[in-house]
Amino acid sequence: MSVLRRGDIAGGLLGAAWMITLAITVAVAVAFVIGDAVRPHLGAALLFGAVIGVGTSAPRIGPGTMRILVAVAVAATVLFGVGPIRLGPETGLWARLLVTVGLAGGFAVALGATVQDLEPGPNDRHVFETAVIRFLTGFGAIFFTAIVAIPFWVMLMTSFKSRAEQVANPLDFGIDLSKGWALFDSYYELFTQFDFGLYLLNSAFISVVTVLVTLAFAIPGAYAVARLRFRGQRAFSRGILLIYMVPMIVLALPIYIAFSMTGLRNSIFGILLIYPVTTVPVALYMLQGYFRGLPAEVEEAGLMDGLSRLQVIWKITLPLSLPALASVSLYVFMIAWNEFLLAFMLLDDPSKFTLTRGIAALNSSEIPRQHLMAGSVIATVPIMALFLGLERFMTKGLAAGSVKG
Amino acid sequence: MTDTTPRTKDVPASATPADVPPPVAPTGRGPLARGEARLAWGMLFPTLAIVAAVVLLPLLAIFWISVKPVQLSDLRAPELVLREDLRRIDAPGEEGTWRFRLRNSSPDRALRDVSFTDLLPPGLDLGTLPEACAAEAGQLTCTFGDVPGGWRETLVIPATASATFEADLRVQDSAPVLSFAASSVLTDGTFTLDNFARIFSSAEFVDVLWATIFYTVVGTVGAIVMGLFAALLLDASFKGRGILRGLYLFPYVAPVIAVAFAWIILFDPFSGSANALLIRMGVTDEAINFFGERPLALIMVTLFEIWRYFPLSFLFILARMQSVPSDMFEAAEMDGASPFQQFRWLMLPQLAGILGVLFLLRFIWTFNKFDDIFLLTGGNAGTRTLTVSVYEQAFAISNIGAGAAVAVVIFACLLAFSALFFRVMSREEGL
Repeated sequence: MSVLRRGDIAGGLLGAAWMITLAITVAVAVAFVIGDAVRPHLGAALLFGAVIGVGTSAPRIGPGTMRILVAVAVAATVLFGVGPIRLGPETGLWARLLVTVGLAGGFAVALGATVQDLEPGPNDRHVFETAVIRFLTGFGAIFFTAIVAIPFWVMLMTSFKSRAEQVANPLDFGIDLSKGWALFDSYYELFTQFDFGLYLLNSAFISVVTVLVTLAFAIPGAYAVARLRFRGQRAFSRGILLIYMVPMIVLALPIYIAFSMTGLRNSIFGILLIYPVTTVPVALYMLQGYFRGLPAEVEEAGLMDGLSRLQVIWKITLPLSLPALASVSLYVFMIAWNEFLLAFMLLDDPSKFTLTRGIAALNSSEIPRQHLMAGSVIATVPIMALFLGLERFMTKGLAAGSVKG
Repeated sequence: MTDTTPRTKDVPASATPADVPPPVAPTGRGPLARGEARLAWGMLFPTLAIVAAVVLLPLLAIFWISVKPVQLSDLRAPELVLREDLRRIDAPGEEGTWRFRLRNSSPDRALRDVSFTDLLPPGLDLGTLPEACAAEAGQLTCTFGDVPGGWRETLVIPATASATFEADLRVQDSAPVLSFAASSVLTDGTFTLDNFARIFSSAEFVDVLWATIFYTVVGTVGAIVMGLFAALLLDASFKGRGILRGLYLFPYVAPVIAVAFAWIILFDPFSGSANALLIRMGVTDEAINFFGERPLALIMVTLFEIWRYFPLSFLFILARMQSVPSDMFEAAEMDGASPFQQFRWLMLPQLAGILGVLFLLRFIWTFNKFDDIFLLTGGNAGTRTLTVSVYEQAFAISNIGAGAAVAVVIFACLLAFSALFFRVMSREEGL
């Protein structure tokens, strides 16, 4: 193992790893940004990355000089057509420039930062592992950002593109801003011809009512479980968790049958009967965790001063739990807003659709995908905005409450 | 409901701190404890009631339906359908017929005590009545008794228009009063084990089980490993950490239907960017149908599951990591522990509990997952898991009984997992 920790060998390995990562990243980025395809050559990436990496361990070169030398070396290999990214004769000028500068600059900076503490000769574990962790951090940042951002960009971009544009060059991830307001055609059509305004209202109404009803049930329940002593308390908190593990599809079947028979099937009222019940267990579980954490002494002081138990909840416990209430509300709102299965099974009448049900209705061969994606954006933006605005509460609440997904 | 008496610490009323130094809980239940328990149950009652109505009743219903031969069409109870008309009579003196056509709306379910009555129309002289019918006091009554499924009957009553006949007479205007009793298959006493026999004996069942196990195990482990990696990444403090954290939560927070369709479009075999990229880069020669080929489709839906739920694991793990006291790591650093050693011997043991809980929770929820696969592939190309199978049996094949039987199988697995979960959980959280 100690051989691995020699400056030249470690430098070579890290150089190769960085070069492969960056070659693929830059090639994919150039393909998506400019629409031109360039090929990463993994063999060449491995070779040049390793060679240059070993080169960085050469003694008596300052870090600044070294980075410049590395950048020049990478750029040279790319321009001579033997580098980690191969440019074709049809590759445009901008793509050439972007590939060369991006790869050379990126590699020089990334490798320089990674190996800066490595000694040319043997290194101790600490220095070596720090270098490896620097690579993993950089790799992880690129990897996670790419896998998260690409699908969302696809959603947004497709909603701005007609079918013809989409088929003409699927690689083009750009948005043609010169179209001006025409970009928003599909959104306009969704609101004028497909009633998405109504769906938006339906979804908002259902979600808000679900939050209110859920809180009305969960707050007293959670308080009782957290603070009051009674027989069966343990069994109760387990039972709540157990219910929270029953799959929706198992419940959806009898609910569908019962609603079909009682005529509740195609109504927002029917949906409102079900949604809160699916969220009460999780809300109760999250809230009781928070209530347990509140100091009991404050409440006891209230009781001593002559407040009744319910007054204590109303005047002391709830004001203290505002952050938890906010996060539970947000989370319940998110569940109701994103709920798909029940809305899909129980709603058939377009005037009662929620957003998710409305999007499902857009999934047909007669309706362009542009509309489908515009609908998805319409459903995603409000919940994202709400979430990012209140992220602090949400993250805490999610982590506190063992959340279902 | 209200309890105005202040709660005391667990010290018996007679004791003073001086003679009982450590407070001892009272044995038995005093009036205070009873009042408190009453209040607790009062506060829990609404939740218990709605949960019973919407969770427990349906669960019982599932068990009931799973042993019943129920088809989707049986949800509508069988009915007696009757149409009547007057034929070849337009003016006084003409001869024609007054006709009733009856049928049982269900092809296979019987109707009991079938009969109907109708007002005799004015201005008609009726000929011989059919056996089933009798006319008296201005009313026609026909009785049929019990009729089998698919039963049809046409009654033809010869009639002559008398002098008082009005040309605009419509016999349909006096609606006949129908009387019948139907038994629904949902409530009667027929039981069958066919539903279970059918699902266990079908060749597909092994496929379904395999897809479920693969999806659940790989999806769970993948999401946790990715979540751990992301958490390690964001545990260090650097500029833009808040933005990255918000960004990484996107897959989890967005509506599943939106992100599922985004994936479908990204990986479309004809116009998808992923295929275009792979072809241009020379990785593949022809377009790959990511969601339509075995076994690629199963791998893709599992990747989707990992992608969508790594944020959740990462939140849990990050929260736990940040509560680990940092002086422990400082001490280890002083003693010369390398970063990997610190992770392996200090951080990982601290995370073991949350990782275990997370694994079981995610395992159960991935096992329960329906929407994602349903939207991505509809359960085709070897991606049919048990939950998708419920929907498939009940709504695509219209065999509700078989769907319920699959649901019972799911529920049985779930109980087994939950038992395991509570064993681990009670060690971890003292629940």
